[in-house]
Amino acid sequence: MPNLTIGPKVRKPLHLHDRELKKLELRAQAMREDLIDMLVEAKSGHSAGPLGMADIYTALYFHIMTHDPKNPDWELRDRLILSCGHTVPIRYVAMAHAGYFPKKYMNTLRKFGSPLQGHPEKEWLPGLETTSGPLGSGSSQAVGMAYTGLLDRKPWRVYCIMSDGELACGQTWEAMLFAGRNNLYNCTFIIDRNNIQIDGTTEEIMPLEPLTQKFESFGMNVLHCAGNSIRDFVETVERAHAVTEKPTVIIADTIPGYGVDFMEYDFSWHGKPPAPGDERNKAMASLRTLGGRIQSEHE
Amino acid sequence: MAKANQQKGINKEMFLARDLFDDKKLKQVPTRNGYGEGLVDAGIANKNIMVLCADLTESTRTQAFKDAFPERFVQMGVSEQSLASIAAGMAISGKVPFISSYAAFSPGRNWEQIRTTVALQNSNVKIAGAHAGLSVGPDGATHQMTEDIAIMRTMPNMTICVPCDYQETKKATLTAAKFKGPFYLRFTREKSPAFTTEATPFKLGRAETFRFGTDVTIFAAGPLLYEALVAAENLSKEHGIEARVINAHSIKPFDVKALITAAKETGAIVTVEEAQVNGGLAGVVAETLTLTTPVPMERVGVQDRFGQSGDPREVQEALGVTAPFIAMAVARVLDRKAGKPVSAIPMHVTAAFELETKMKKQIFEDAIKRAPKKWKR
Repeated sequence: MPNLTIGPKVRKPLHLHDRELKKLELRAQAMREDLIDMLVEAKSGHSAGPLGMADIYTALYFHIMTHDPKNPDWELRDRLILSCGHTVPIRYVAMAHAGYFPKKYMNTLRKFGSPLQGHPEKEWLPGLETTSGPLGSGSSQAVGMAYTGLLDRKPWRVYCIMSDGELACGQTWEAMLFAGRNNLYNCTFIIDRNNIQIDGTTEEIMPLEPLTQKFESFGMNVLHCAGNSIRDFVETVERAHAVTEKPTVIIADTIPGYGVDFMEYDFSWHGKPPAPGDERNKAMASLRTLGGRIQSEHE
Repeated sequence: MAKANQQKGINKEMFLARDLFDDKKLKQVPTRNGYGEGLVDAGIANKNIMVLCADLTESTRTQAFKDAFPERFVQMGVSEQSLASIAAGMAISGKVPFISSYAAFSPGRNWEQIRTTVALQNSNVKIAGAHAGLSVGPDGATHQMTEDIAIMRTMPNMTICVPCDYQETKKATLTAAKFKGPFYLRFTREKSPAFTTEATPFKLGRAETFRFGTDVTIFAAGPLLYEALVAAENLSKEHGIEARVINAHSIKPFDVKALITAAKETGAIVTVEEAQVNGGLAGVVAETLTLTTPVPMERVGVQDRFGQSGDPREVQEALGVTAPFIAMAVARVLDRKAGKPVSAIPMHVTAAFELETKMKKQIFEDAIKRAPKKWKR
């Protein structure tokens, strides 16, 4: 039986005030802009996935997770496992904003000697939790951590970010079987459901739907949210925390390339950065107005 | 001694590119292009050729095959383990499947599936490991597959080929298509010198002498063979050392005869590869030499460590696999051949380490200096 007596001793309520929400949204916006400049300087790397995940990272690092940027190995921290390592640039931006390392390091992405390796490597940068890139092994490691957490009656939670394309890896489902059997309710899997992968849309390459039923049949509590709405995501995580019978899978419907109009929904932007000059400027202009949908409040 | 043994310089019978040492004229083409073109030719010749791809159609260059034979192309999604075994099932049913992914994932991830369902069953599956070696560059250590030669060559029934350039990769792909049995073909991402031609001989299991020499023999596999030729040319010009350079594309079966002959005639061997020296080409050569004709040997390659992100050329240099390091290894092996004392750790290893430390600091700090103002607060 799982140990249900563990209380979140260091956890603050997740309820989000309008004022806080506004601040988080501006943060996500600034992070997207930094992401573009970072990728332009790196001259290689992935654009679409990281743009789509900016809101979720903002919510995790600046509202949901218990963590200490000055003490990345803090025993009581929540664990954020990134399984789809190629989307790490947005995690680097979030970590820079949170104060894990100086912002100027963002200019060194993928360069020789940089702690910001092309794919996340825990040996290079404290706070990353795991090394990833080859897909599918993050969920298993998250499950291993969650199991340890319950075993040792630890208050921390495990969040595992996975892409939808990587759900084709058999290992993911092996991890789900284990998580379901052991009722790892301290573990929340967040699926970046942006419907694209390198070669095309997920439903063309290897259809995943009906995804909800798949996870449910593995013993998961499945929730849905709009991945580009910070409020919706935070509320969904709150609901996930309320469930103590099962691990939760949050299927976050995200828009790939969110905020840059010419990248949105386009799988060809999966694995390349914007070019310096015009393309970069166009991306920035699009971001600052979210394609005309919102009014820019800065710059 | 036979006449050939005393020859020096580039072997004319290998029909290497005319502008071999002309940086500006020598074409640079990724080896993976040779795989893509070879697949289409193989597909025309044999209707049973199938291509299975794990969500990397464009970068493994299987798009052309997909366009030419859409019904014989199978998209697997990100599932390398069943990629290997589904291919085995097809092979048992009479097809000749090529499975394409990055070497880090296939054979990196699906090694056991390959072991049981391909090698042990002797199924006619061709494993194409793209993006092998350090030259994947910025993607970093997770994608820089350097252990593949070692893990594949211990597998019985497996044939392994590491072509040196675009043309040779094309030839190797066609050879793999005709060959009956498990076959691992290793190639790379980056552009590399296209220094062989259509006329250059290529035969599985045969190591060709690209350059004659009498003082030492360099066995190289993959695009770094070009670096070996450059090193040999410089050694000849600057120090009068004549290095024989041999194209060891066939890791398995290995041309034992060529190695023994080289050991007997030149008395010193250097291996060059963009893979772990432990168990890689260096492993084959060391094992064979010890069992037949022990002579001093040095290993240029990845020295029991992982790679890292960076420009492909920077990573190759910092890990000590380029021409200057090959020359250092040659100098050391010649000292050993002459019975002179040598340092405990080879200079080509320590020099690379020093360069890496310097580069790490310099490139990282340069990038920080160029950071936009908004990030400097």
